Amino acid sequence: MLKQIEGSQAVADAVALCRPNVISAYPITPQTHIVEDLATIVAEGRLDTEFLNVESEFAAASVVLGASAAGARTYTATTSQGLLLMTEVLYCIAGMRLPIVLTCANRAISAPLSIWNDHQDSMSIRDSGWIQIHAENNQEAADLHFQAYKIAEKTFLPVMVCMDGFILTHAFEPVDIPDQDKVDDFLPAFRPRATVDPMYPRGLGLFADPRFYMEMRYIIHRAMEKSENTIKEVHEEFNKAFGRKSGGLLKTYKLENADVVIVAMGSVVGTIKDTIDLLEEKGKSVGLLQICSFRPFPRKQVYQLLKDKENIVVVEKALSLGRGGILGSDVRWSFPRTEQTDRKISNFVAGLGGRDITTDDLAAMVERVEKEHVEFDFLGLNRDLILERDL
Amino acid sequence: MMKTAVEFDKKNLLASGHRACGGCAQALACRMVLDAAGKNTIACVATGCLEVFSGPYPDPSWRIPFLHSLFENSAAVAAGVEVAYRALKKAPVNVLAMGGDGSTADIGFQCISGMFERGHNVLYVCYDNEAYMNTGVQRSSFTPFGAKTTTTPAGNRFHKKDLPQLAVVHGVPYVATATVDDYHDLQRKVKTALSIHGPKYLHVYAPCPLGWGHAGDMSIAISRLAKETCLFPVYEIKDGKLVSVVKIPVKKPVEEYLKVQGRFRHLFKKGVPTTEVELIQEIANQNIERFNL
Repeated sequence: MLKQIEGSQAVADAVALCRPNVISAYPITPQTHIVEDLATIVAEGRLDTEFLNVESEFAAASVVLGASAAGARTYTATTSQGLLLMTEVLYCIAGMRLPIVLTCANRAISAPLSIWNDHQDSMSIRDSGWIQIHAENNQEAADLHFQAYKIAEKTFLPVMVCMDGFILTHAFEPVDIPDQDKVDDFLPAFRPRATVDPMYPRGLGLFADPRFYMEMRYIIHRAMEKSENTIKEVHEEFNKAFGRKSGGLLKTYKLENADVVIVAMGSVVGTIKDTIDLLEEKGKSVGLLQICSFRPFPRKQVYQLLKDKENIVVVEKALSLGRGGILGSDVRWSFPRTEQTDRKISNFVAGLGGRDITTDDLAAMVERVEKEHVEFDFLGLNRDLILERDL
Repeated sequence: MMKTAVEFDKKNLLASGHRACGGCAQALACRMVLDAAGKNTIACVATGCLEVFSGPYPDPSWRIPFLHSLFENSAAVAAGVEVAYRALKKAPVNVLAMGGDGSTADIGFQCISGMFERGHNVLYVCYDNEAYMNTGVQRSSFTPFGAKTTTTPAGNRFHKKDLPQLAVVHGVPYVATATVDDYHDLQRKVKTALSIHGPKYLHVYAPCPLGWGHAGDMSIAISRLAKETCLFPVYEIKDGKLVSVVKIPVKKPVEEYLKVQGRFRHLFKKGVPTTEVELIQEIANQNIERFNL
């Protein structure tokens, strides 16, 4: 049913339709509406689940770890500092192959304190073994949760659904919330692989000495790589069952004959598509490659789609301090070494801490990369605010 | 007929052959706790000596389900297991969370406080060996006054954190302390705890030969001396009321306890003022008064 609802409500409705057994969370802006809405759903008896308000995000992640190890389908949501506080547990969850689903309402990281959107939070744990999929809009944010549980429970890898804080979580859009029957058909009941059960005593989370550790990490790495196929399959199954395209590894827009290709992820792709249309009216041919699955990074597909493109520009809302762009590095890495050096791949960091990224900004960026290759730069930086002595 | 060691061991839920040091009271205490809890038990164990000596891949020593994730979250993990069992409507099971004094009193205290406050049906067992033993004997907030550790080479200047009391003020319905020299008392307390619905806290005193500087065969004797010198009061608190205390009819001076351990040896060196030992005696005197030992 099509409903005009807030992004957080759409996610809460979607999560409830996935029938998690245990939900545990700690409030943090801009994730709060998601867990508030879920708490209401549970309080009204629309979902039979154990909803646990805990004392920190660290505890929330630990509770779902324990619950998942006991065989429950689990859910938590957080952002920014909360995600960082969870970090130790998140690595552990991935290492223990627990198929937990987490919504990250992407937000900047302190310091300075900022509650507004960028991708520095989820980027900081990109190497943890969590699948990370990014939503473009609220329909996709909702749909990705149905897919996330299916992907997680097929691969035994945890899945983080990333949606831009405020821009999506607090935006009202028409979203189709499917019927319970349809979701039940798509998402079968969770069948855990190994649980703590006195009937079958086993140890979970044993320590590994140097004879075993590397193999265990290798196996997770391979599982992450192989999960590309699962993400694709689940995406196709979803398209078939629900009649719309949400998620997958990548998406494109007017890519085919584009002279300039913008690579991006998250809600900014909406603005990028508008920019592309505006530039098209002026006779420019610009296309988009949207990354949905950031981890695993679909290197081969990225290469296939970009190998004939002369002018590529990656715009991202994250930054590796002292190094530069992160998505930009991954896109460059997608090209075989020999081609990489000749390739004109520009890289811009934009929108940190909730700075708006406008069509004007993006049009100016395209104009600039038409003239020169920009190894790395910031988009929309107000240099008047920066004193020479601080540099 | 006498049972052979192997036959006897088959009954133990923490099997022999693990990697604990000789005389490790934590290993002994854990075996006693598990055997009292029985097979229908899940143990959520914090990183530390216990986890390391009993849980190496691929040969853990546990005959019950064992779940380890991190150093500071065993109480939250146990809470997760407990709610999952409730949510999935599985047959009831004893859920234990366990840790050493570091993971209990210091780094894991927040998770324990949360588990207590939410009233999970979990028994938290702290094996207190009064320092970070797994990392090489560093001071924790359970390290007693005067004790030498690798990070308090001149002796600890702080007093032991009173966690049982903190559990009581959380409204935990059952709080008890126990020692490894009294097998029946310890096991009775585990069984009593598990008969009560809600959070429970059991504080087990666990001498560490390596960290305390005593022979492995002295663990039981030192455990007894801690009681007899009134430095470790053994008691039970139900619903906030002191319901049982192990009385010490003949109270020994604290020197008898201190002199047999390397970690207190510096107190008896020439030139060290006797006030240090007097201060420790004062701790014992306060326990005598407080618990009417």
